[in-house]
Amino acid sequence: MDATPKPKKFIGAGHSTSHDSAARHVAGSATYIDDIREPEGTVHLAPGYAAKAACGRIAKCDLQAVRNYPGVVTVLTAADIPGVNDCSPGAGDDPVLAQTHITFHGQPIFCVVAETRLAARRAARLAIIEIEAEKPNVTVEDALAANKDVLPSYQFKRGDAAKAIADAPHQITDSFRIGGQEHFYLEGQIALAIPRENGEMLIHSSTQHPSEVQHVVAHMLGVADAAITCECRRMGGGFGGKESQAGQWAALAALATYKTGRAAKLRLDRDDDMIMTGKRHDFRVDWQAGFDASGRIQAVDTQLLSRCGVSADLSQGVNDRTMFHSDNGYFYPELSIFSRRLHTNTVSNTAFRGFGGPQGMVFAERMMEAIAIQTGLDPLDVRKRNYYTKGRDVTPYGQKVVDNILPEITAELERTSDYRKRAKAIKTFNDQSPILKKGIALTPVKFGISFTLASLNQAGALVHVYTDGSVQVNHGGTEMGQGLYTKVAQIVASEFGIPLEDVRITATTTDKVPNTSPTAASAGADLNGMAASRAAITIRDRLGEHAAKLWDVLPKQIRFEEGQVKAARKSMSFAALAKSAQLARIQLSATGFYATPDIHWDRAKAHGSPFFYFAYGAACSQVTIDTLTGEMTVDRVDILHDVGKSLNPAIDLGQIEGGFVQGMGWLTTEELVYDAQGKLRTHAPSTYKIPCASDVPSDFRTKLWKSDGNKSPTIFRSKAVGEPPVMLAISVYCAILRAVGSLNPAKLPPLDAPATPEMILRACRAMES
Amino acid sequence: MSKITVSATVNGDAADFVCDATETLLDVLRDRLGLTGAKEGCGTGDCGACSVILNDRLVCACLVLGAEAQGAKIETVEGLANGETLHPLQRKFIEHAALQCGVCTPGFLVAAKSLIDHNPDPTEEQVRYWLAGNLCRCTGYDKIVRAVLDAAAEMREANHAA
Repeated sequence: MDATPKPKKFIGAGHSTSHDSAARHVAGSATYIDDIREPEGTVHLAPGYAAKAACGRIAKCDLQAVRNYPGVVTVLTAADIPGVNDCSPGAGDDPVLAQTHITFHGQPIFCVVAETRLAARRAARLAIIEIEAEKPNVTVEDALAANKDVLPSYQFKRGDAAKAIADAPHQITDSFRIGGQEHFYLEGQIALAIPRENGEMLIHSSTQHPSEVQHVVAHMLGVADAAITCECRRMGGGFGGKESQAGQWAALAALATYKTGRAAKLRLDRDDDMIMTGKRHDFRVDWQAGFDASGRIQAVDTQLLSRCGVSADLSQGVNDRTMFHSDNGYFYPELSIFSRRLHTNTVSNTAFRGFGGPQGMVFAERMMEAIAIQTGLDPLDVRKRNYYTKGRDVTPYGQKVVDNILPEITAELERTSDYRKRAKAIKTFNDQSPILKKGIALTPVKFGISFTLASLNQAGALVHVYTDGSVQVNHGGTEMGQGLYTKVAQIVASEFGIPLEDVRITATTTDKVPNTSPTAASAGADLNGMAASRAAITIRDRLGEHAAKLWDVLPKQIRFEEGQVKAARKSMSFAALAKSAQLARIQLSATGFYATPDIHWDRAKAHGSPFFYFAYGAACSQVTIDTLTGEMTVDRVDILHDVGKSLNPAIDLGQIEGGFVQGMGWLTTEELVYDAQGKLRTHAPSTYKIPCASDVPSDFRTKLWKSDGNKSPTIFRSKAVGEPPVMLAISVYCAILRAVGSLNPAKLPPLDAPATPEMILRACRAMES
Repeated sequence: MSKITVSATVNGDAADFVCDATETLLDVLRDRLGLTGAKEGCGTGDCGACSVILNDRLVCACLVLGAEAQGAKIETVEGLANGETLHPLQRKFIEHAALQCGVCTPGFLVAAKSLIDHNPDPTEEQVRYWLAGNLCRCTGYDKIVRAVLDAAAEMREANHAA
């Protein structure tokens, strides 16, 4: 090699650098599970289900034709499972394969194992299944009528909301619906099981929660957790859809390996993926509020009725978070926030970016719009009037809001988006335009950061320094595109003062860092970044002590910067010190562990401080609707979002823009349609519409809030960014509501989410009557 | 089932393969030729993750049979770079941070190349509508659109200078 090596760049935390896999992404060489070279003899799986029924006893399951199909190796049924037939995240109510009954349409009953994927999928359709079909409960109303819940109801209370509403100068009563959402990760669910000796197995799983996959597989096979290793280098998108939902497919692949002794791969077909895996919870919200003439709320009474599907899954945490965020950024002096978790014969709903929070916030923002319509005030003024302020700063669950910056963020965005002038211009436009109507809305986001299940707020990391000065970092967090690996590598590079390219990122695997929490709740960088930092600091301290001895200086005089280790007038390269330390028999490997401090939550009393801090943001969206067709376009979006001191501004901006557009899809075009038989009729991108490039406004202005840093001591004073931006898109829903509302300024538009063209058209018609 | 022998050109190189009559071009590229850049996102031609250029035309490889590739010229993401030198589109996608999970990225790059092949000076609206057949769930598209416009501008300049 005669080429001069390129100078190394020092890109520590706080700087923009591209995603660690960017070069491989653009080359097409980044390896997802389906791209891993298959071991010789790998078999392929396809699940089978009853095409015609949603729930009832399995009267007949004739698999003869399936077994006889060319290329079929075997067919798995519940009887093949040596351990426990369950892939739930804890409640024990999600069978890997249905045995006696099915409870929703699409529930896997058997799984074909064949030489090729195509053979497996074709054979799966040949089963003769008869179900003694029962009438499924499909909607919230069905479940209410049947009085069926998956989990007990739960309530936050303060004062006497009913009385306070009755006593207030003004009241509103309303009911509306918020739709669910399919994750539509571009890489569908997939797992590859590879046999090892002595009954051990390696599972490659596209999962946000490798430890849970490990546990589910071990439990299902009846072997020790220690016999199973689960690895995930990267996912092609997760969004919550691979938190609990990855387990079933990993379990089936493992079961096939257990039975055949061969490597086994299960990649779900997209349609199967959409009918067999859970989605964002949909809600009906029945609410009342009392307020004064200035728009200030005196009391709120809301009932959050959610469709949970057939099992508990993560519905407790999700619905709790809907309640936690039903205040968004607003103070409710007296309140009742009541949540029912309804059982329906539909696929069990699950985590989805925001984890129930977005639904709570949509309620809060619709209430702000409703108050504005009734009082004749500008909705932004109503919002500001209800923000948490000193003395009015205790949330419905007892946590005091001490880091509120919504007034400042709102003021700046109001100015930079030119909100007032544009609102005025829109009024003039609407007065003169008979068909096209515009709307504008500026809405805030306040999102609590921490898992509300306190035990999940922990993370581990493993850092190795090699004698050439290169570093390997591993942690419990998973990479789903959000740039977590990049951020953690930047943190470790910063701690050692070495170039980012000297830090090698390795795949998340349960044999390096065990007993991990899912990469969820936006907490990936907060938790794993801190754990990795601690591991690096442990090694750095050992190296520092060694250097201090070598140079006869104090350890605290040692500095690690720009690939060098320095003290007074001495210096040597990081690599030379690592080599020297190894010869001196100093350990160059360390684990790091972090548990979020200062959080507590007493669920029985519905009181505590469950969140380490809040992330804030605001968005201003403008839309145009066609009142004759319901067609809607988003004309312009301005976003100002708080990420504390950004670990990587380029990555954070990407999270904000992407989260916004995903939220916009949820609230405008993404419609999950179940028919009366409980069949999902929108189970492919041909019928389920996520945003595409032409749906996104060309005038899209995203800015990071200039922050002095998180008030809470997070890693380098950054803030979590994964979920909060989704809720910025509520500004689009509110802007549409304003546009529809222009048809009859005294009436609250009966606009459910998603505000599809059909919904907008119906709402427009309703305004005329 | 009897296999079909196919001779095609993939990224400028002769490629001979055998496949089943029902096998898609996508499965051939991935499983028989080891070119795993194109992904199966939906298998129904709705997501664009399997975009390749077939005889100068942008197609979803999941909707083309391998047998149809007889005598065809196929371009995939693996052929975009010239050795170690990235195609301007690839470079701009990295510079603009126009990718996150990366599964849609190869399809977007191939689709964008096809656009610039046909129209070296596209408007923003043309870029948005041309790329409307490619779904991305992570980025929100803005950075992708900027990257494509930037790459097209750079390529025009380079052509002008040449």
